[in-house]
Amino acid sequence: MRTATYDATSIREVLNRVVDPEIPVLTIEDLGILRRVDIIDDRVRVSITPTYSGCPAMRQIEDDVRSALADEGINDVDVRMVHFPAWTTDWITEDGHRKLANFGIAPPTTEIEVVCPRCEASSPNMIARFGSTACKALMVCSSCGEPFDYFKEF
Amino acid sequence: MLISHADDNMVAAQRLGELISNAPELEIDIAIGNTALDHLGVARALYTHATGVEGKGRGEDDLAMLRTERDYSNLLLVEQPNGDFAQTMVRQFLFDSYQGELWRELAESDDETVAGIAARALKENAYHWRFSSGWVIRLGDGTLESHHRTQAALDDLWQYTEELFENNHYRSAWERTVAAVVEEATLDLPNDPYQRTGGRSGFHTEHLGFLLAEMQWMQRSYPGLEW
Repeated sequence: MRTATYDATSIREVLNRVVDPEIPVLTIEDLGILRRVDIIDDRVRVSITPTYSGCPAMRQIEDDVRSALADEGINDVDVRMVHFPAWTTDWITEDGHRKLANFGIAPPTTEIEVVCPRCEASSPNMIARFGSTACKALMVCSSCGEPFDYFKEF
Repeated sequence: MLISHADDNMVAAQRLGELISNAPELEIDIAIGNTALDHLGVARALYTHATGVEGKGRGEDDLAMLRTERDYSNLLLVEQPNGDFAQTMVRQFLFDSYQGELWRELAESDDETVAGIAARALKENAYHWRFSSGWVIRLGDGTLESHHRTQAALDDLWQYTEELFENNHYRSAWERTVAAVVEEATLDLPNDPYQRTGGRSGFHTEHLGFLLAEMQWMQRSYPGLEW
Protein backbone atom coordinates (compact mmCIF):
# COMPACT_ATOMS: atom_id res chain seq x y z
CA MET A 1 0.00 0.00 0.00
CA ARG A 2 1.21 3.44 -0.85
CA THR A 3 1.58 6.07 1.77
CA ALA A 4 -0.06 9.14 0.38
CA THR A 5 0.89 12.70 0.92
CA TYR A 6 -1.92 14.99 0.04
CA ASP A 7 -3.61 18.28 0.65
CA ALA A 8 -7.05 19.66 -0.19
CA THR A 9 -5.89 20.77 -3.65
CA SER A 10 -4.48 17.39 -4.67
CA ILE A 11 -7.60 15.71 -3.35
CA ARG A 12 -9.77 17.98 -5.47
CA GLU A 13 -7.70 16.94 -8.49
CA VAL A 14 -8.40 13.30 -7.72
CA LEU A 15 -12.08 14.02 -7.21
CA ASN A 16 -12.16 15.69 -10.60
CA ARG A 17 -12.18 12.16 -12.02
CA VAL A 18 -15.47 11.34 -10.31
CA VAL A 19 -18.33 11.72 -12.77
CA ASP A 20 -22.10 11.60 -12.56
CA PRO A 21 -22.98 7.96 -13.31
CA GLU A 22 -26.03 9.04 -15.35
CA ILE A 23 -24.27 11.83 -17.26
CA PRO A 24 -20.66 10.64 -17.48
CA VAL A 25 -19.41 13.80 -19.20
CA LEU A 26 -20.00 15.83 -16.03
CA THR A 27 -17.66 15.66 -13.07
CA ILE A 28 -18.96 16.36 -9.58
CA GLU A 29 -17.05 19.63 -9.83
CA ASP A 30 -18.91 20.55 -13.05
CA LEU A 31 -22.20 19.72 -11.36
CA GLY A 32 -21.35 22.01 -8.48
CA ILE A 33 -22.13 19.38 -5.85
CA LEU A 34 -18.59 19.10 -4.48
CA ARG A 35 -18.82 21.66 -1.73
CA ARG A 36 -15.75 21.28 0.45
CA VAL A 37 -12.69 19.20 1.02
CA ASP A 38 -11.29 19.36 4.54
CA ILE A 39 -8.48 17.46 6.14
CA ILE A 40 -9.05 17.02 9.83
CA ASP A 41 -6.39 15.05 11.75
CA ASP A 42 -5.36 13.12 8.61
CA ARG A 43 -8.96 12.24 7.93
CA VAL A 44 -10.35 13.50 4.64
CA ARG A 45 -13.82 14.96 4.78
CA VAL A 46 -15.58 15.45 1.46
CA SER A 47 -18.81 17.47 1.65
CA ILE A 48 -21.33 16.92 -1.10
CA THR A 49 -24.74 18.50 -1.65
CA PRO A 50 -27.37 16.17 -3.11
CA THR A 51 -29.12 17.30 -6.29
CA TYR A 52 -32.68 15.96 -6.40
CA SER A 53 -34.21 14.29 -3.34
CA GLY A 54 -34.93 11.26 -5.46
CA CYS A 55 -31.63 11.04 -7.31
CA PRO A 56 -30.39 7.43 -6.98
CA ALA A 57 -26.97 8.49 -8.31
CA MET A 58 -26.02 10.12 -5.01
CA ARG A 59 -25.14 6.80 -3.34
CA GLN A 60 -23.09 5.81 -6.38
CA ILE A 61 -21.26 9.14 -6.32
CA GLU A 62 -20.46 8.64 -2.64
CA ASP A 63 -18.98 5.21 -3.40
CA ASP A 64 -17.06 6.59 -6.40
CA VAL A 65 -15.53 9.33 -4.24
CA ARG A 66 -14.29 6.70 -1.81
CA SER A 67 -12.89 4.45 -4.50
CA ALA A 68 -11.17 7.31 -6.39
CA LEU A 69 -9.40 8.29 -3.16
CA ALA A 70 -8.68 4.66 -2.25
CA ASP A 71 -6.91 4.28 -5.63
CA GLU A 72 -4.52 6.98 -4.38
CA GLY A 73 -3.99 5.19 -1.10
CA ILE A 74 -6.30 7.51 0.82
CA ASN A 75 -8.67 5.37 2.85
CA ASP A 76 -9.60 7.44 5.86
CA VAL A 77 -12.46 9.27 4.17
CA ASP A 78 -15.70 10.68 5.48
CA VAL A 79 -18.29 11.67 2.85
CA ARG A 80 -20.88 14.03 4.24
CA MET A 81 -24.18 15.12 2.74
CA VAL A 82 -24.70 18.83 3.24
CA HIS A 83 -28.30 19.87 2.60
CA PHE A 84 -27.94 23.61 3.10
CA PRO A 85 -28.03 25.66 1.02
CA ALA A 86 -29.95 23.49 -1.42
CA TRP A 87 -28.31 22.69 -4.73
CA THR A 88 -29.46 24.60 -7.79
CA THR A 89 -28.63 24.17 -11.47
CA ASP A 90 -27.04 27.64 -11.22
CA TRP A 91 -24.08 25.82 -9.65
CA ILE A 92 -23.37 23.87 -12.82
CA THR A 93 -20.22 25.44 -14.26
CA GLU A 94 -19.95 27.06 -17.70
CA ASP A 95 -17.75 24.17 -18.67
CA GLY A 96 -20.51 21.86 -17.51
CA HIS A 97 -23.03 23.66 -19.73
CA ARG A 98 -20.77 23.20 -22.76
CA LYS A 99 -20.18 19.53 -22.02
CA LEU A 100 -23.91 18.90 -21.65
CA ALA A 101 -24.71 20.53 -25.00
CA ASN A 102 -21.93 18.56 -26.73
CA PHE A 103 -23.31 15.38 -25.17
CA GLY A 104 -26.74 16.08 -26.68
CA ILE A 105 -28.46 17.32 -23.52
CA ALA A 106 -29.85 20.85 -23.55
CA PRO A 107 -28.26 22.60 -20.55
CA PRO A 108 -30.46 24.17 -17.86
CA THR A 109 -32.24 27.37 -18.78
CA THR A 110 -35.91 28.37 -18.68
CA GLU A 111 -38.21 26.12 -20.71
CA ILE A 112 -38.91 28.82 -23.31
CA GLU A 113 -35.20 29.48 -23.87
CA VAL A 114 -34.22 25.88 -24.60
CA VAL A 115 -32.55 25.30 -27.96
CA CYS A 116 -32.10 21.97 -29.72
CA PRO A 117 -28.61 20.66 -28.86
CA ARG A 118 -28.31 19.21 -32.39
CA CYS A 119 -29.47 21.97 -34.77
CA GLU A 120 -29.73 24.87 -32.29
CA ALA A 121 -33.28 25.71 -33.40
CA SER A 122 -35.38 27.39 -30.74
CA SER A 123 -38.94 26.63 -29.51
CA PRO A 124 -38.80 22.85 -29.10
CA ASN A 125 -41.93 21.07 -27.83
CA MET A 126 -42.17 19.55 -24.38
CA ILE A 127 -43.02 15.84 -24.47
CA ALA A 128 -42.66 14.89 -20.81
CA ARG A 129 -41.53 17.00 -17.86
CA PHE A 130 -40.48 13.84 -16.06
CA GLY A 131 -37.81 12.23 -18.20
CA SER A 132 -35.25 9.44 -18.08
CA THR A 133 -33.79 10.72 -14.80
CA ALA A 134 -35.03 13.10 -12.10
CA CYS A 135 -33.03 16.00 -13.56
CA LYS A 136 -34.17 15.71 -17.17
CA ALA A 137 -37.26 16.34 -19.26
CA LEU A 138 -37.91 15.00 -22.75
CA MET A 139 -38.37 17.50 -25.57
CA VAL A 140 -38.55 17.28 -29.35
CA CYS A 141 -37.06 19.77 -31.80
CA SER A 142 -39.69 21.51 -33.93
CA SER A 143 -37.14 22.03 -36.70
CA CYS A 144 -35.03 18.87 -37.11
CA GLY A 145 -37.58 16.61 -35.41
CA GLU A 146 -35.05 14.95 -33.08
CA PRO A 147 -36.13 14.17 -29.53
CA PHE A 148 -33.63 15.22 -26.87
CA ASP A 149 -33.13 15.47 -23.12
CA TYR A 150 -33.30 18.83 -21.41
CA PHE A 151 -31.57 19.31 -18.07
CA LYS A 152 -34.36 21.00 -16.11
CA GLU A 153 -33.68 24.35 -14.53
CA PHE A 154 -33.89 23.71 -10.79
CA MET B 1 -43.20 16.86 13.75
CA LEU B 2 -40.20 16.16 11.51
CA ILE B 3 -40.96 12.46 11.70
CA SER B 4 -44.60 13.10 10.79
CA HIS B 5 -43.50 14.96 7.67
CA ALA B 6 -41.07 12.16 6.86
CA ASP B 7 -43.89 9.63 7.33
CA ASP B 8 -46.09 11.53 4.85
CA ASN B 9 -43.35 11.25 2.26
CA MET B 10 -42.55 7.62 3.04
CA VAL B 11 -46.18 6.53 2.69
CA ALA B 12 -46.69 8.67 -0.43
CA ALA B 13 -43.60 7.07 -2.00
CA GLN B 14 -44.84 3.56 -1.23
CA ARG B 15 -48.35 4.27 -2.57
CA LEU B 16 -47.08 5.83 -5.78
CA GLY B 17 -44.52 3.06 -6.13
CA GLU B 18 -47.37 0.56 -6.47
CA LEU B 19 -48.15 2.16 -9.83
CA ILE B 20 -44.70 1.66 -11.34
CA SER B 21 -45.23 -0.49 -14.44
CA ASN B 22 -48.99 -0.23 -13.80
CA ALA B 23 -49.73 3.39 -14.77
CA PRO B 24 -52.07 4.12 -17.72
CA GLU B 25 -49.25 5.10 -20.07
CA LEU B 26 -45.47 5.27 -20.19
CA GLU B 27 -45.05 9.01 -19.55
CA ILE B 28 -47.40 8.83 -16.58
CA ASP B 29 -45.56 5.80 -15.27
CA ILE B 30 -42.25 7.67 -15.39
CA ALA B 31 -43.73 10.81 -13.86
CA ILE B 32 -45.22 8.82 -10.98
CA GLY B 33 -42.00 6.86 -10.51
CA ASN B 34 -39.97 10.08 -10.38
CA THR B 35 -42.41 11.64 -7.94
CA ALA B 36 -42.25 8.54 -5.72
CA LEU B 37 -38.45 8.75 -5.72
CA ASP B 38 -38.58 12.41 -4.72
CA HIS B 39 -40.84 11.58 -1.77
CA LEU B 40 -38.61 8.67 -0.78
CA GLY B 41 -35.54 10.90 -0.90
CA VAL B 42 -37.21 13.53 1.29
CA ALA B 43 -38.34 10.85 3.76
CA ARG B 44 -34.81 9.44 4.00
CA ALA B 45 -33.22 12.86 4.50
CA LEU B 46 -35.74 13.79 7.21
CA TYR B 47 -35.49 10.42 9.01
CA THR B 48 -31.71 10.62 8.97
CA HIS B 49 -31.77 14.16 10.29
CA ALA B 50 -34.39 13.36 12.95
CA THR B 51 -32.46 10.34 14.25
CA GLY B 52 -29.26 12.41 14.32
CA VAL B 53 -31.01 15.09 16.38
CA GLU B 54 -32.51 12.57 18.82
CA GLY B 55 -29.11 10.82 19.21
CA LYS B 56 -30.47 7.45 20.33
CA GLY B 57 -28.52 5.47 17.79
CA ARG B 58 -31.56 4.80 15.59
CA GLY B 59 -31.20 5.18 11.83
CA GLU B 60 -33.50 5.86 8.88
CA ASP B 61 -34.24 2.14 8.40
CA ASP B 62 -35.37 1.74 12.01
CA LEU B 63 -37.93 4.47 11.55
CA ALA B 64 -39.14 3.37 8.12
CA MET B 65 -39.07 -0.38 8.49
CA LEU B 66 -39.55 -1.21 12.16
CA ARG B 67 -42.38 0.99 13.35
CA THR B 68 -46.02 -0.12 13.36
CA GLU B 69 -49.12 1.80 12.27
CA ARG B 70 -49.61 3.27 15.73
CA ASP B 71 -46.12 4.78 15.52
CA TYR B 72 -46.61 6.20 12.03
CA SER B 73 -48.04 9.72 12.15
CA ASN B 74 -48.65 10.40 8.45
CA LEU B 75 -51.78 12.10 7.17
CA LEU B 76 -54.75 9.80 6.50
CA LEU B 77 -54.97 11.29 3.02
CA VAL B 78 -51.66 9.89 1.75
CA GLU B 79 -52.38 6.32 2.86
CA GLN B 80 -55.62 6.11 0.86
CA PRO B 81 -55.47 3.49 -1.91
CA ASN B 82 -54.70 4.45 -5.49
CA GLY B 83 -58.17 3.46 -6.70
CA ASP B 84 -58.69 4.56 -10.29
CA PHE B 85 -56.43 7.14 -11.93
CA ALA B 86 -58.76 9.99 -10.94
CA GLN B 87 -58.57 8.91 -7.30
CA THR B 88 -54.75 8.84 -7.44
CA MET B 89 -54.50 12.24 -9.09
CA VAL B 90 -57.03 13.94 -6.78
CA ARG B 91 -55.24 12.53 -3.72
CA GLN B 92 -51.87 13.72 -5.00
CA PHE B 93 -53.27 17.11 -5.97
CA LEU B 94 -54.74 17.73 -2.49
CA PHE B 95 -51.48 16.55 -0.92
CA ASP B 96 -49.20 18.48 -3.32
CA SER B 97 -51.18 21.65 -2.63
CA TYR B 98 -50.58 21.10 1.09
CA GLN B 99 -46.89 20.29 0.71
CA GLY B 100 -46.28 23.46 -1.29
CA GLU B 101 -47.32 25.48 1.78
CA LEU B 102 -45.34 23.21 4.10
CA TRP B 103 -42.04 23.43 2.20
CA ARG B 104 -42.40 27.18 1.72
CA GLU B 105 -42.57 27.57 5.49
CA LEU B 106 -39.87 25.02 6.36
CA ALA B 107 -37.46 26.50 3.80
CA GLU B 108 -37.20 29.40 6.29
CA SER B 109 -36.51 27.09 9.23
CA ASP B 110 -33.77 27.99 11.72
CA ASP B 111 -32.54 24.42 11.38
CA GLU B 112 -30.33 24.70 8.28
CA THR B 113 -30.61 21.04 7.33
CA VAL B 114 -34.41 21.22 7.42
CA ALA B 115 -34.30 24.50 5.46
CA GLY B 116 -32.10 22.91 2.78
CA ILE B 117 -34.23 19.77 2.48
CA ALA B 118 -37.38 21.91 2.27
CA ALA B 119 -35.94 24.34 -0.29
CA ARG B 120 -35.14 21.43 -2.57
CA ALA B 121 -38.50 19.73 -1.95
CA LEU B 122 -40.31 22.98 -2.74
CA LYS B 123 -38.82 23.02 -6.25
CA GLU B 124 -39.71 19.36 -6.75
CA ASN B 125 -43.21 20.08 -5.46
CA ALA B 126 -43.75 22.54 -8.31
CA TYR B 127 -43.29 19.67 -10.76
CA HIS B 128 -45.50 17.30 -8.75
CA TRP B 129 -48.22 19.91 -8.45
CA ARG B 130 -48.18 20.84 -12.13
CA PHE B 131 -48.61 17.16 -12.98
CA SER B 132 -51.39 16.37 -10.48
CA SER B 133 -53.33 19.62 -10.94
CA GLY B 134 -53.00 19.29 -14.72
CA TRP B 135 -54.58 15.86 -14.61
CA VAL B 136 -57.36 16.94 -12.26
CA ILE B 137 -58.26 19.67 -14.76
CA ARG B 138 -58.04 17.37 -17.78
CA LEU B 139 -60.07 14.62 -16.14
CA GLY B 140 -62.63 16.95 -14.56
CA ASP B 141 -63.10 18.91 -17.77
CA GLY B 142 -62.80 15.76 -19.90
CA THR B 143 -65.44 13.20 -20.79
CA LEU B 144 -68.67 12.64 -18.87
CA GLU B 145 -67.15 9.48 -17.41
CA SER B 146 -63.86 11.09 -16.32
CA HIS B 147 -65.77 14.06 -14.87
CA HIS B 148 -67.97 11.78 -12.75
CA ARG B 149 -65.06 9.74 -11.52
CA THR B 150 -62.99 12.80 -10.61
CA GLN B 151 -65.92 14.36 -8.75
CA ALA B 152 -66.45 11.04 -6.93
CA ALA B 153 -62.76 10.96 -5.93
CA LEU B 154 -62.91 14.54 -4.68
CA ASP B 155 -66.09 13.83 -2.68
CA ASP B 156 -64.56 10.71 -1.19
CA LEU B 157 -61.16 12.18 -0.26
CA TRP B 158 -62.51 15.45 1.10
CA GLN B 159 -63.10 13.85 4.53
CA TYR B 160 -59.31 13.62 5.00
CA THR B 161 -58.55 17.28 4.31
CA GLU B 162 -59.35 18.84 7.70
CA GLU B 163 -56.32 17.04 9.08
CA LEU B 164 -53.98 18.91 6.71
CA PHE B 165 -54.37 22.02 8.86
CA GLU B 166 -53.48 20.65 12.28
CA ASN B 167 -50.87 22.90 13.92
CA ASN B 168 -50.41 25.21 10.96
CA HIS B 169 -52.00 28.14 9.17
CA TYR B 170 -52.07 26.76 5.63
CA ARG B 171 -55.84 26.56 5.30
CA SER B 172 -56.62 29.79 3.47
CA ALA B 173 -53.74 29.48 0.97
CA TRP B 174 -54.56 25.81 0.38
CA GLU B 175 -58.27 26.55 -0.12
CA ARG B 176 -57.47 29.26 -2.67
CA THR B 177 -55.16 26.96 -4.63
CA VAL B 178 -57.58 24.05 -4.57
CA ALA B 179 -60.69 26.11 -5.37
CA ALA B 180 -59.05 27.64 -8.47
CA VAL B 181 -58.13 24.23 -9.90
CA VAL B 182 -61.48 22.67 -8.98
CA GLU B 183 -63.25 25.50 -10.78
CA GLU B 184 -61.09 25.17 -13.89
CA ALA B 185 -61.76 21.43 -13.80
CA THR B 186 -65.53 22.22 -13.82
CA LEU B 187 -65.89 20.25 -10.58
CA ASP B 188 -67.76 21.18 -7.42
CA LEU B 189 -66.07 21.72 -4.08
CA PRO B 190 -67.57 19.23 -1.62
CA ASN B 191 -69.37 20.66 1.39
CA ASP B 192 -69.82 17.48 3.41
CA PRO B 193 -68.93 18.46 6.99
CA TYR B 194 -67.94 14.88 7.94
CA GLN B 195 -64.19 14.79 8.55
CA ARG B 196 -61.85 12.07 9.77
CA THR B 197 -58.66 12.89 11.61
CA GLY B 198 -56.20 11.01 13.81
CA GLY B 199 -53.30 10.19 11.50
CA ARG B 200 -50.99 12.60 13.29
CA SER B 201 -51.53 10.72 16.55
CA GLY B 202 -51.28 7.26 14.98
CA PHE B 203 -54.98 6.43 14.53
CA HIS B 204 -55.15 5.35 10.93
CA THR B 205 -57.62 4.04 8.39
CA GLU B 206 -57.46 0.32 7.70
CA HIS B 207 -55.28 0.87 4.62
CA LEU B 208 -52.01 1.79 6.31
CA GLY B 209 -51.48 -1.59 7.97
CA PHE B 210 -51.57 -3.39 4.63
CA LEU B 211 -49.20 -0.86 3.09
CA LEU B 212 -46.70 -1.26 5.92
CA ALA B 213 -47.03 -5.04 5.89
CA GLU B 214 -45.96 -5.12 2.28
CA MET B 215 -43.26 -2.48 2.69
CA GLN B 216 -41.74 -3.92 5.86
CA TRP B 217 -42.10 -7.64 5.16
CA MET B 218 -38.52 -8.19 4.04
CA GLN B 219 -36.96 -6.39 7.00
CA ARG B 220 -39.29 -8.11 9.48
CA SER B 221 -38.62 -11.57 8.04
CA TYR B 222 -34.87 -11.10 7.72
CA PRO B 223 -33.91 -8.63 10.47
CA GLY B 224 -30.88 -6.52 9.64
CA LEU B 225 -30.97 -7.51 5.98
CA GLU B 226 -29.04 -5.16 3.72
CA TRP B 227 -28.80 -4.95 -0.05
